[in-house]
Amino acid sequence: MTAAGALALAACSTTADSGETRSASAATPKSASGDAAYPSTYKPYPGAPTALVGATVFDGTGKEIDNAVVLLRDGKVQAVGTGLDTAGYTVIDGTGKYVTPGIIDIHSHLGDYPSPSVSAHSDGNEATSPTTPEVWAEHSVWPQDPGFTRALANGGVTTLQVLPGSANLIGGRSATLKNVPSRTVQGMKFPGAPYGLKMACGENPKRVYGGKGRMPSTRMGNFAVDRQTWIDAQGYDGKKRNLAKESLKGVLDGKILVHNHCYRADEMALVIDMAKEMGYKVTAFHHAVEAYKIGDLLKENDVCSAVWADWYGFKMESYDGIPENAALLQNAGACVVIHSDDENGIQRLNQEAAKAQAAGKRMGIDIPDAQVVRWLTLNAAKAMGIDAMTGSLENGKMADVVLWNGNPLSVYSRPEKVWIDGALLFDADNPKMRPVSDFELGQPGMGDVK
Amino acid sequence: MNLRRVTGFAIAAAAAAVSAPLAAQNVAITNATLATGDGSEPVENATVVVQNGKIVAAGPGVAAPAGMAVIDGTGKWVTPGLFAAMTQLGLYDVDGVPNSNDSSGGRSIFSAALDVTTALNPASQHVSVTRGGGITRASVFVGPSSAIFGGQGAVVDLGADPNMVMRPRAFQVVTLGESGGRIAGGTRLAAQAAFRNALQEAQTAVGKTDRPADALLNRPDALALVPVVRGEQPLYVAVERAADIRSVLALRNDFPKLDLVIVGASEGWMVASELAAAKVPVIAHALDDLPTSFEDLAATQSNVGRMVRAGVKVAVGGLTGGTGDQARNSKQFAGNLVALNKLPGATGLTWGQALATISSVPAEIAGFGGKAGVLKPGAVGDVVLWDGDPLELASAPVKVFIDGVEQPTDNHQTKLRERYRDLDTSQLPKAYEW
Repeated sequence: MTAAGALALAACSTTADSGETRSASAATPKSASGDAAYPSTYKPYPGAPTALVGATVFDGTGKEIDNAVVLLRDGKVQAVGTGLDTAGYTVIDGTGKYVTPGIIDIHSHLGDYPSPSVSAHSDGNEATSPTTPEVWAEHSVWPQDPGFTRALANGGVTTLQVLPGSANLIGGRSATLKNVPSRTVQGMKFPGAPYGLKMACGENPKRVYGGKGRMPSTRMGNFAVDRQTWIDAQGYDGKKRNLAKESLKGVLDGKILVHNHCYRADEMALVIDMAKEMGYKVTAFHHAVEAYKIGDLLKENDVCSAVWADWYGFKMESYDGIPENAALLQNAGACVVIHSDDENGIQRLNQEAAKAQAAGKRMGIDIPDAQVVRWLTLNAAKAMGIDAMTGSLENGKMADVVLWNGNPLSVYSRPEKVWIDGALLFDADNPKMRPVSDFELGQPGMGDVK
Repeated sequence: MNLRRVTGFAIAAAAAAVSAPLAAQNVAITNATLATGDGSEPVENATVVVQNGKIVAAGPGVAAPAGMAVIDGTGKWVTPGLFAAMTQLGLYDVDGVPNSNDSSGGRSIFSAALDVTTALNPASQHVSVTRGGGITRASVFVGPSSAIFGGQGAVVDLGADPNMVMRPRAFQVVTLGESGGRIAGGTRLAAQAAFRNALQEAQTAVGKTDRPADALLNRPDALALVPVVRGEQPLYVAVERAADIRSVLALRNDFPKLDLVIVGASEGWMVASELAAAKVPVIAHALDDLPTSFEDLAATQSNVGRMVRAGVKVAVGGLTGGTGDQARNSKQFAGNLVALNKLPGATGLTWGQALATISSVPAEIAGFGGKAGVLKPGAVGDVVLWDGDPLELASAPVKVFIDGVEQPTDNHQTKLRERYRDLDTSQLPKAYEW
């Protein structure tokens, strides 16, 4: 066993039998279960001290600052305000432009279901058992997925959570990645990010396993398998190493965050109670198209809803999706995150948020632009347990920053420059600052403005 | 005429039964920003006049006829009803619920003979949701499943009335790229051979009651392809790769009358001059920019712009589902093509061109040039009044007219929105709020 593996074991064998639930922000990223194995080798790339001057800033916390100065130095946000001294900084004129934190996608399958989406690349669902908490999404990530580069250049995405698919009730651990091109997935892993555990309720698990003539084939079967799995994990002491139970124990100990694919309101309510019964917390419901029906419950239980703007009707459990979902949740005081679950949608998360905002406005729920940008930045970071490090333009945080050529909530705007940890990694004005994955080298369209 | 009373009547009638025909009204919209859909740029302070279900005038110098009901469009925009090319509206309720889904022929022994008009359901929620997004006309296709031919698509309107069909059997669909290869037996070679054989069998099927002993097509399928091989019915060919597009254009060497439309064409920009020279229009996805397979390695969001610049007639379409590719979002896709103009190295469209890709151009490709997707005298009275720039994310229709009939705006989604506007169940369950 490697040293790293031994460390992981040590982390997981730290038993805490309490049934208390913990919030995402209470999780300590550095001590996340298994974090020491396959450690991040990501190191920020060099960046010049940079001052973005004159732009409108949506800082990610919900604040808008007009004619602002944003100072980036040593990979960190140095200061954000008006009239700041820019001596010693390379000044970029942001007049008429907008600055946001790097966009964060809480729900992606890039790398696990990469392009080209040939069957040889289908690495997102270990659909051989309804519970596979032992699998880790990072072990499937293909860093050469061209989708990463599109998400960066067209979507301004600087951080993403790659999740296993939803065939299984418990799909496995997620990987939180910096959206930096790398030869290895370790070179993308977000240092210090806690793991997530992907769970799924509803149609998918019962269809996949019911179709194989095995449990679960019903929603009640889904719950029975889930509950027994949690019960079996509760006594795990780590003496004889068990990968599945390490993941589950990490959840019970509050170190791994549960990201639960769940569409229907009634099922979300049941899952919240299952979490209470078993002693864990659901951090976010993903694809929560019916969350608007239980905004009060979600607020009360401090569970985020990661949603699309307007997807509906593609499967039975999505039939009641409405474009006002996000706005109604915001209005109810619940946490909203806009997610993609899609290699195209991740390039336009800002546009999805704008559509959700507009639907709210038409029904009388007026949500300011700066608050809407929070859905894609700080709220996502909070639900991923990385809000102390990124997700907003606050002093000392990672300099993950997008300069947009117009208001990001307009269809006519695109990222102009993107920094990750203060390093300029995309520049629309410089063709050589447009990353090209190995797969696209020497192919038709290499280096094109995609 | 009292506009409010007419409007109120229209909504009440729709809520009551949907079967009662809604009345066309004569109406003028004044003082609006007008985009006619023909590729020109919008003009301010313009008027549109709809009479007897048709557009009779549209422009800045137009006056509302005396006595006609007038809607003040100050601060608003007016466009033609949008035209969504290559949808499956009216063919399914829920994608993932097979019993509700008629979007392909399934395992049918028939393919080219299938006729979507036999299954269209104007009461589908997707029709009303899409109409609420300002789409008033569409082409509806049936997807190839058991054979490379899908069947005969239709051109429809999305009005809240029982009759969707504008033109039945308006086009035939065939797939010849990777998906065609898979259906035909595994390879493109098989798809091409199947295609050529099918057209040859069609050529010899006319007037005969018996099928030849070595016939591979059944009689209905062979006869359904007769208008295709004669060039009387457009053939929509789904291909993506540049080489595949060339091979489709080459089919005219053997079947010179084919009235071709390319669907997909992710790599169309690489063969744009050939498409333009062949006068073959394209229905493309606006924003495909990933090498989803080995047949679209060169996909780019500049595809549409580059083809248009080369002189190809391009519609944006293929938005078939309820996920990211919803027909009601075609305006967002078009808006993104305008956004490309600010991106160095990219090729976008002007605002007017972008609107045309989702209005007049798809209507022209569908055979309704000058009649739909455009605000000009004689065109259908499909008018959308928007609360802002229609291509912008924040904007939505305020009123939608189809054939001069103001359309109802309620649907499953709006009812859910109103029911859950608050979460108060202290007096009665939510089930009593409707």
